[in-house]
Amino acid sequence: MQPIITSQDVKLSYGAFEALHGIDLDFNQNEITALIGPSGCGKSTYLRCLNRMNDLIEGVTITGSFKLKDLDMYAEDTDVVELRRQVGMVFQQPIPFPMSIFDNVSYGLKLNGRPDKNFLEERVEESLKQAALWDEVKDDLNKSALELSGGQQQRISIARVLAVRPDVILMDEPTSALDPISSAQIEDTLLQLKKEYTIIMVTHNMQQATRVSDKTAFFNLGNLIEADSTEKIFMNPAKQETDDYINGKFG
Amino acid sequence: MDEIKDRLLKPSKATKQDQRGRMISYLSIGLIAILVISILYFIATRGLSMFFNDGIKVSDFLFKTDWNPGKKLVGALPMIVTSFGVTLLAALIATPFAIAVALFMTEFAPKRGARFLQVVIELLVGIPSVIYGLIGLAVVVPAMRIMYGGTGFGILAGAVVLFVMVLPTITSLTVDALKAVPSHYRQASLALGATRWQTIYKVILRAATPGILTAVVFGMARAFGEALAVQMVIGNAAMLPHNLVSPSATLTSQLTMGIGNTIMGTLPNNALWSLALLLLIMALVFNILVKLIARKGRIK
Repeated sequence: MQPIITSQDVKLSYGAFEALHGIDLDFNQNEITALIGPSGCGKSTYLRCLNRMNDLIEGVTITGSFKLKDLDMYAEDTDVVELRRQVGMVFQQPIPFPMSIFDNVSYGLKLNGRPDKNFLEERVEESLKQAALWDEVKDDLNKSALELSGGQQQRISIARVLAVRPDVILMDEPTSALDPISSAQIEDTLLQLKKEYTIIMVTHNMQQATRVSDKTAFFNLGNLIEADSTEKIFMNPAKQETDDYINGKFG
Repeated sequence: MDEIKDRLLKPSKATKQDQRGRMISYLSIGLIAILVISILYFIATRGLSMFFNDGIKVSDFLFKTDWNPGKKLVGALPMIVTSFGVTLLAALIATPFAIAVALFMTEFAPKRGARFLQVVIELLVGIPSVIYGLIGLAVVVPAMRIMYGGTGFGILAGAVVLFVMVLPTITSLTVDALKAVPSHYRQASLALGATRWQTIYKVILRAATPGILTAVVFGMARAFGEALAVQMVIGNAAMLPHNLVSPSATLTSQLTMGIGNTIMGTLPNNALWSLALLLLIMALVFNILVKLIARKGRIK
């Protein structure tokens, strides 16, 4: 397996407070990696490093190296905007923009020049199909995305990221705000997407991690405790701490 | 036993306080309601008496252009046109500035810069309108005279003064509208590879549009109702403006100029009341407009 993202000795501080204490973690192409751990363990913070969303927070310093294939993600001449096109992100809350479904999904495409209409229509259809939403919305693409249900809105958010054709998709607890049925639909979607994309997701739901991920990384108190195949982590973890967490002794 | 019964059946101290508080609230609401209704009634009866008692046609009042109440000529069209002229022009100039300042305050400025601007804007709101009028008279009117000839009094001078006056109103309401845009819109847009500027004009301004429109309408309402500062620079000639720098008069300036020189109950006096009624109706229209925009633009 070819790693698509490699990170070494990642340390991150908010002002004087160090939130990540040196993390080495690689991600393989076309795999789903789940980041698990108790609240405040640094897993979301780490995830947000991968498309430089932490740049938006004042007073954050990040050291260590991040590589997307051969590209040094934090090099001075790296174009953040271009990086974020290759490493897309889906957030915890569904975030539909106050515009039509079509405009939402094509948002990222229209940022880069003026693509022609046929191309946009094809991409929107393809992305909505990949996000398993096409059949539900194909007849009213001009409807406001705000009128959709929470689960549909989250799949709009996913389709919007897919439309840009990133290499990697980051997901920060993508189903935590959704009901079980919508969550299950999103999980199915993820398993389909794995064929073409690399997915890294933060989740609080350990059943979800076992259901969808190939690899699992367990974080605690700003350290990466253990990262291995999901089966290994949940059946036979190497560290006692991991065992305690997945068996609900803390967290 | 009797003691307990007593305590349970009689209103407690807290209940009495509650009743008293409610009484005071209802009284205050009642007083305000009576005030509003009597103002409306007063202006309506006075404003309409010209049409009923003096036999002036409403269409003459609204569409005729000669204003000389002493000779039974009460065409208010010049004032209506001028009022709308200065209001629209002022809003047209002020809105882009207001949006730019508001964007700077919410998206770009460091916290201290934003706070400083906030103070400046509040200061601008607090300056009495007579001072704006004075500055308009001393600076704007001569400038107009030099640039465009004529006397310098007119719609353009009025619009420039009103622009400064409504700028803080529109700006602070626009700031509120921009602040109300959920911050996750920004994150989601940036995460899709949008630049900061693309995020602002494609998502943030779009999401804030109803709020910004409300801000503009509020600014227009203020401009429409402003009397003193406008009166000082408009020229006060009740004739249809033939260009932006010819002396004219707004509804408000005509009122303030004329009301002291007329006798109660006579046609000239009634005609001014009709102007007041028109202003009141416009204020209601602006209010309804704000409500409509708010209802249409409500997110979710």
